[in-house]
Amino acid sequence: MSLSINKTAESHPLTWCLREDEQPVWLDEYRRKEGYVGVEKALAMHPDEVVGLVKDAGLRGRGGAGFPTGLKWSLMPKDESMNIRYMICNADEMEPGTYKDRLLMEQMPHLLVEGMIIAAHAIKAYRGYIFLRGEYVEAAENLRKAIEEAKSAGLLGKDILGSGKDFELFVHTGAGRYICGEETALINSLEGRRANPRSKPPFPAVSGAWGKPTCVNNVESICNVPSILNRGVDWYKGLTVNGSNDCGTKLMGFSGRVNNPGLWELPMGTTAREILENYAGGMQEGLDLKTWQPGGAGTDFLLPEHLDLPMDFEHIQKAGSRLGTALAMAVDHKINMVSLLRNLEEFFARESCGWCTPCRDGLPWSVKVLRAIEHGEGQPGDIETLEQLCRSLAPGHTFCAHAPGAVEPLQSAIKYFREEFEAGISGQANNLREIRGIQPNQQ
Amino acid sequence: MNQPIKIVTVSDDSDGFVLSDADAQAIEHEKHHYEDPRAASIEALKIVQKSHGWVPDGAIKAISDLLGIPASDVEGVATFYSQIYRQPVGKHIIRYCDSVVCHITGFEDIVTELEKQLKIKPGQTTPDGRFTLLPTCCLGNCDKGPTMMVNDDTHVRLVPSNLANILEQYQ
Ligand SMILES: Cc1cc2nc3c(=O)[nH]c(=O)nc-3n(C[C@H](O)[C@H](O)[C@H](O)COP(=O)(O)O)c2cc1C
Ligand code: SF4
Ligand code: FES
Repeated sequence: MSLSINKTAESHPLTWCLREDEQPVWLDEYRRKEGYVGVEKALAMHPDEVVGLVKDAGLRGRGGAGFPTGLKWSLMPKDESMNIRYMICNADEMEPGTYKDRLLMEQMPHLLVEGMIIAAHAIKAYRGYIFLRGEYVEAAENLRKAIEEAKSAGLLGKDILGSGKDFELFVHTGAGRYICGEETALINSLEGRRANPRSKPPFPAVSGAWGKPTCVNNVESICNVPSILNRGVDWYKGLTVNGSNDCGTKLMGFSGRVNNPGLWELPMGTTAREILENYAGGMQEGLDLKTWQPGGAGTDFLLPEHLDLPMDFEHIQKAGSRLGTALAMAVDHKINMVSLLRNLEEFFARESCGWCTPCRDGLPWSVKVLRAIEHGEGQPGDIETLEQLCRSLAPGHTFCAHAPGAVEPLQSAIKYFREEFEAGISGQANNLREIRGIQPNQQ
Repeated sequence: MNQPIKIVTVSDDSDGFVLSDADAQAIEHEKHHYEDPRAASIEALKIVQKSHGWVPDGAIKAISDLLGIPASDVEGVATFYSQIYRQPVGKHIIRYCDSVVCHITGFEDIVTELEKQLKIKPGQTTPDGRFTLLPTCCLGNCDKGPTMMVNDDTHVRLVPSNLANILEQYQ
C-alpha cells in the first residue's frame, strides 16, 4: 500500500487501519480503531439476522468465484440438532498473480479474527480453522498472536463477551500444493488426507469437515464482514462506483512490468485503466501493454481495449473473462505469448492433483505441445490439438475447476494471438507420425 | 509435471529412526485441535521434518503408530505435499518462484545465476549438503518479483548480482 491516499473507515473499510510502518495492528490499537464493534453488534443479533444483513449487503466471495457470501451462509442446515459445525477460512492464496490475503493477515490479523467470530455466530459454528499456506510464516505468527490476544480479552473461547456464544479458532498450516485452495480439497487436507477434491453434492454446507456442516470462505470475504455489521448495508452498497452492480470495496492490483506494481483497496467498479495508469503508474519505459489477465493465472486474457471496463464480476464476465481475484497482470509487448502460456500450463500441470484423467494427462500434453511451438518445432495440427484440449478440459469434463481454470488463459491466448502460435509451427508435415506419438505421460 | 510413481517400501526397523519425546509430545498436542487424530498427520510430518531435515521411512511408521492410521496413509500424505521431503535435503532450502508474474519479471535469470553459483540444477543438493534448490509456485510476492524463499526467509526484487550476498547469509 504505497499510495498515501487519505484513507478513512468510511472509504477504506479493509485497509484504513494499516500502519505507515507496515507493522501489524494489535488488539489495543485495533480496538481504538473501531475494532470488534462488529462482533458486539453481531452477538446482540439473532444469527439469521446476521446472515440476512450480509445477504442484503450484496457481498460476493473474494476467493475467485464470486459466490454471494450471505447466500452461502444461508445454505447451512436449519436443523438445530446438527450442532457441530465448522467455519473455515481459505487462506491458501497460491494462484499465481495473487498477493492480497497476505497483506490482510500479516498486518490486520484481528480483522480476520473478528470476521471469523461474526461468521461463526451467523452459521452457528463452534470451531473454526484458518487454513493457511505453509509459506506464509509471518501471517501464521501474527494470526496466532492475534488469536491469543482475542482469547485473553474474552473475544474467543467460552461465552464470548457474555453472550453465551462459544467459538474456538485454530490456525492450520498447509504443506504446499495449489489444489488445497479448492474448498473440498482443502477439507480433505484439513482432515489429514491427500488434497483431492470431493464430489459435489453433497456440498460442504451439508457434509464438510468430518462429515459435518461446514462453510468455507476466502480471507478477504470474511474481512469485509465486520464493517458491514458496523456501518450497515446502505453504506456498504454505496461504496461502489461507475454503475457497478457489485458492492463494497475490493483489494485490486496490477503486477508485471509496470512502474509501481502493488495492491490497493478500491471501490468495486473502478476501471482497470485507472488502476494501471493512476495507481500502478503505467507501463515501464519502452514497454507497451499487449494483453492482461484481470484476476489471476486462471482467468482469460483481455486486450488493452478492455481497460475501460469497470472491474467487477459482471463487466469482466461480459468481456469474456472473470474478475477472479481482481489482481491484474500486465503483459508487455516484449513477452512471447507461447512462452507465457507454456509457463502457465507448466504450473497447472504440476499442480494437478492427478485424480481425473483429462486434467492429469491433458495438461502435461498441452505443455509438451506448447514447448514444441515455443522452440519453433510445432507441427501442423498442434494448435488444433491445443484447442481440442481446451474443449476436453472445459467445465463439466473434470472433477474440479482446476482444469477449466487452466484452459481459460490458453483459449483466450489462442483467440487473440493465434499468429504467435502459428509462427512456431515449422510448416513441414513430414513427421506427422511423431506428432501422433506425443503421449501425454512422457516428459 | 506429474511425478513418476515411486515404489517406496516401509519397513519397521528401516533406518533406526527414533521419534524424540519432544516431537511425540508436540504431535500429541496437535491431535487435540481436531475431531480425528488423522488430521494431525501433515503437522506430524512437519514436526519430524523440522528436527530431522527430512522424513525417513522410520518416521512414517512412528507417526502411523502415534495417530493410529495405516503407514500407507501417512506415506500417501507425505508424497502428496510438496513441502514434505522424503529424501535428504540440504541444510538450507532455496525455493524460487517460477510462476507467471515472475516469468515476466525474469526468474529465469535468477535460476541461471543460482545454478552457476551452486553448481547444481533445480531439484538437486550441493555436494557439501549446504543448499537444496527447488522451484515453487507463486509465493504471493508478485508485485516484488522475482522472489524466493531461503528456509523461512523471503527475498524479493532479486537481481542476479545480489544473489551471492544473499547466499553468504546461509552458512
Ligand atoms: C484449483 C483451485 C484453487 C483455489 N484456490 C483458492 C485459494 O487459494 N483461496 C481461496 O480463497 N479460494 C480458492 N479457490 C476457490 C475456493 O474453492 C472457494 O470457492 C472459495 O474459497 C470460496 O470462498 P468465497 O466464497 O469467500 O470466495 C480455489 C478454487 C480452485 C478450483
Ligand atoms: S480437475 Fe485436476 S485438480 Fe481437479 S480433481 Fe481433476 S485432476 Fe484433480
Ligand atoms: S508469480 Fe512469483 S511471486 Fe507470484
